[in-house]
Amino acid sequence: MHLTEEEKRVALEQTGNILENYSRERGNLIPILQQVQEKLGYVPLVAMEEVARHLGIPAVDVYSVATFYNQFRLIPPGKHQIKVCMGTACHMKGGNIILDCWKRRLGIDVNQVTPDREFSLERVACVGCCTMAPVTVIDEEVYGKVTPTRVDGLLFSFGVKIPKGQQKEGEAVEQQ
Amino acid sequence: MSSSSIVAETFAKLRQKSRTAWQSLRDRPLILVGTATCGRAAGALEILKVIKEELEKHGIDARVLEVGCMGHCYAEPLVTVYKPGFPPISYGYVTGGIAARLVQDFLGGDDPCLEFALAALETNDMVPALTDFPRGMIEKPIILDKCGLIDPEKIEHYIALGGYAALARALTREPEWVVEEIKASGLRGRGGAGFPTGRKWETCRLAPGEKKYVICNADEGDPGAFMDRAILESNPHEVLEGLAIAAYAVGARQGYFYIRAEYPLAVERVKKAIEEARQAGLLGTNILGSGFSFNVDVFQGSGAFVCGEETALIASMEGEPGLPRHRPPFPATAGLWGKPTVINNVKTLAYVPHIIERGAQWFRETGTAGSPGTAVFALAGKVINTGLAEVPMGTTLRQLVYDVGSGIPKGKSFKAVQIGGPSGGCLPEAALDMPIDFDSLSQAGAMMGSGGMVILDEDDCMVEIARFFLDFTQKESCGKCTMCRLGTRQMLDILEAITKGQGRPGDIELLLELAEDVKAGSLCGLGKTAPNPVLSTIRYFRDEYEAHIKERRCPALMCRELIAYYILPEKCERSCDACVGSCPVEAIYPNEDRIKVIDQQKCVKCASCLEACPPQYKAVIKLSPPELVAERGRKVNIP
Ligand SMILES: Cc1cc2nc3c(=O)[nH]c(=O)nc-3n(C[C@H](O)[C@H](O)[C@H](O)COP(=O)(O)O)c2cc1C
Ligand code: SF4
Ligand code: SF4
Ligand code: FES
Repeated sequence: MHLTEEEKRVALEQTGNILENYSRERGNLIPILQQVQEKLGYVPLVAMEEVARHLGIPAVDVYSVATFYNQFRLIPPGKHQIKVCMGTACHMKGGNIILDCWKRRLGIDVNQVTPDREFSLERVACVGCCTMAPVTVIDEEVYGKVTPTRVDGLLFSFGVKIPKGQQKEGEAVEQQ
Repeated sequence: MSSSSIVAETFAKLRQKSRTAWQSLRDRPLILVGTATCGRAAGALEILKVIKEELEKHGIDARVLEVGCMGHCYAEPLVTVYKPGFPPISYGYVTGGIAARLVQDFLGGDDPCLEFALAALETNDMVPALTDFPRGMIEKPIILDKCGLIDPEKIEHYIALGGYAALARALTREPEWVVEEIKASGLRGRGGAGFPTGRKWETCRLAPGEKKYVICNADEGDPGAFMDRAILESNPHEVLEGLAIAAYAVGARQGYFYIRAEYPLAVERVKKAIEEARQAGLLGTNILGSGFSFNVDVFQGSGAFVCGEETALIASMEGEPGLPRHRPPFPATAGLWGKPTVINNVKTLAYVPHIIERGAQWFRETGTAGSPGTAVFALAGKVINTGLAEVPMGTTLRQLVYDVGSGIPKGKSFKAVQIGGPSGGCLPEAALDMPIDFDSLSQAGAMMGSGGMVILDEDDCMVEIARFFLDFTQKESCGKCTMCRLGTRQMLDILEAITKGQGRPGDIELLLELAEDVKAGSLCGLGKTAPNPVLSTIRYFRDEYEAHIKERRCPALMCRELIAYYILPEKCERSCDACVGSCPVEAIYPNEDRIKVIDQQKCVKCASCLEACPPQYKAVIKLSPPELVAERGRKVNIP
């Protein structure tokens, strides 16, 4: 996936601002990457190169850390991030069925973004609301006891009207 | 004045101020709303809004407090009302309507709306109290005692109820005394392995070096566990106090909370707690005038399960990929940046203030000789009362499942409990009378783990649950050890084949063999315990494995490739179309007799129709193996 010049410019500018607050110690690497992701929603390559320069370490070190941890996204997420809990409790209460529903309706797989960049789909490990299983987290909000029809309802509440038995159209974008 | 009397005096003033603030809360009615993550997911913020609006509308003068989780997660949203003249009463399953009635009828009038009451919090003549239920008799809250009763963002609430007295007490003693007291209490780490906490502290205290660290491990990566989250969200000061005492005991001046990224509310509340404690003079330089200085920061994890392992956790704090390192040296002698470091679980640290306050002997009065104290469990899965429970070590699984958890919902029968997460195992009915403590559980092939407990019923397939956990550990393996990386992959492939009906004779033996190799060839606990769920399910539920392999049948009707949904023609009600509308892929159509039929080619096995079919018809069933559908179809067609 290619970033536009504008996206690159924003990424560099924001990363620069963040780096001003951090000393050049290696221990700051993960907190810095977290800040970058919080600001931009993802950690683009250009930002990683900047961070490496700041900390005085090879860019590949930053890259290997960013790819080791599940938290970091390497391309922009959708406007709404849908995270389906795949923890034990949710799994035993049909979490995979719910994941399938999201996949089917959005027409994308896990770690992909819809072509209009409205939604991205991820799996998360237990979000700590097992008693409400199966759980889907949309942006920061936790939705408990999700059913296939509730998936449709939630999409509807985001203004998406997909005819029954169909899915959002277009080519999905890989996220990592 | 000696430094210890300065400490005592400074703290006494602080406590007096907090008590006054706490008591002044009661000069008018007080409403507590549980807004931990579980409450929020159930709509607690909405309830909070309704209560505030109703109070405003009716001009009622009452205080509203946001509190944490009381452990009764099944009944969220939960509201507790303190009205002078009445016992404090908790209400469960609160809706906007109930909240409005509580304000109008109870606060505005004198009807306590007992039809919505869950229980009273104190014994009284009017409403049964929590302690009158079987659950209340078994539970013994030590570290959960204030959860859900105080505002986690108000340090004065914690102090008024006895908080930080243990820190003040410790500071008037020698650090060695603190270490000895923890050693004498027999406290064992609650992060999984049950290592004696006092011994760990002693090693760190004696390790040479000026700079030392203490770290609270709040990575809580087990899928299905939420105890640590609930404690940090409901009473962060308890853990912070424990961490400060640990720091004093081992001689550290810097501490960290390592909190997983998925717990934003816990992060927020811990940060708030650190700030409040600093302002109250309980953290920072020269704490309470004792000369002891200690600072704490929060480090957010980044979503790798293996980082819960202490050496991997340290690696990630040092800005490296989270790969475990060889031990020894243990972190207690060479940890963060090579300095002596104590790493303790959230719960372990939460016990510390209680032990320092009430003494090692008092702690030993609860629990068993080898595992003193209580255990906190997160009950989830097929149990009626999901939520948190704190029970003495040595309580039986049966008491937990049936008395605390109220048994299995929908009249289904119990099958197993999965305990200890991905490193633990599944225990069958026959193990229900086993006392829960570190040693009995590992003998039975499970593990205490951190306290996640998932109850499984007749509809849960044991092969599938083993596959689920192995899939988890396989994905989370850091890849450093070949056996862990590739051995688990091969085991997973076999399990996947079995759940799809492609198992082969000899697979079970092969799994057992691989399991031994993976255990032997792995460096850290992740790999060493990864085969446990497979081993314990084979040990106790071998027949289910065999049904999958030999008959391509899933006895629990769970494995999706081995089942089909089927509508019983004799039960389907012609005039009902409930299932047709519920199907997301339009796989259900009425035949010429208006009996509904499922197009097996289209069906994605989502179970919607089974849920939608009205209970008086119960026409939708699952069949395994799926070929049974065709067989039935033939029978129906025979004229
Ligand atoms: C794969 C793996 C994951 C772990 N995850 C956690 C965790 O999430 N929380 C935790 O407290 N301990 C976890 N541990 C145990 C820690 O390594 C360590 O033993 C513990 O934090 C020590 O604290 P305690 O003595 O208070 O139990 C994990 C261990 C392994 C091998
Ligand atoms: S056992 Fe597995 S997770 Fe642990 S260090 Fe080895 S490869 Fe990594
Ligand atoms: S199981 Fe789901 S997809 Fe299959 S027929 Fe029923 S509602 Fe439709
Ligand atoms: S398993 Fe989904 S929230 Fe815990």
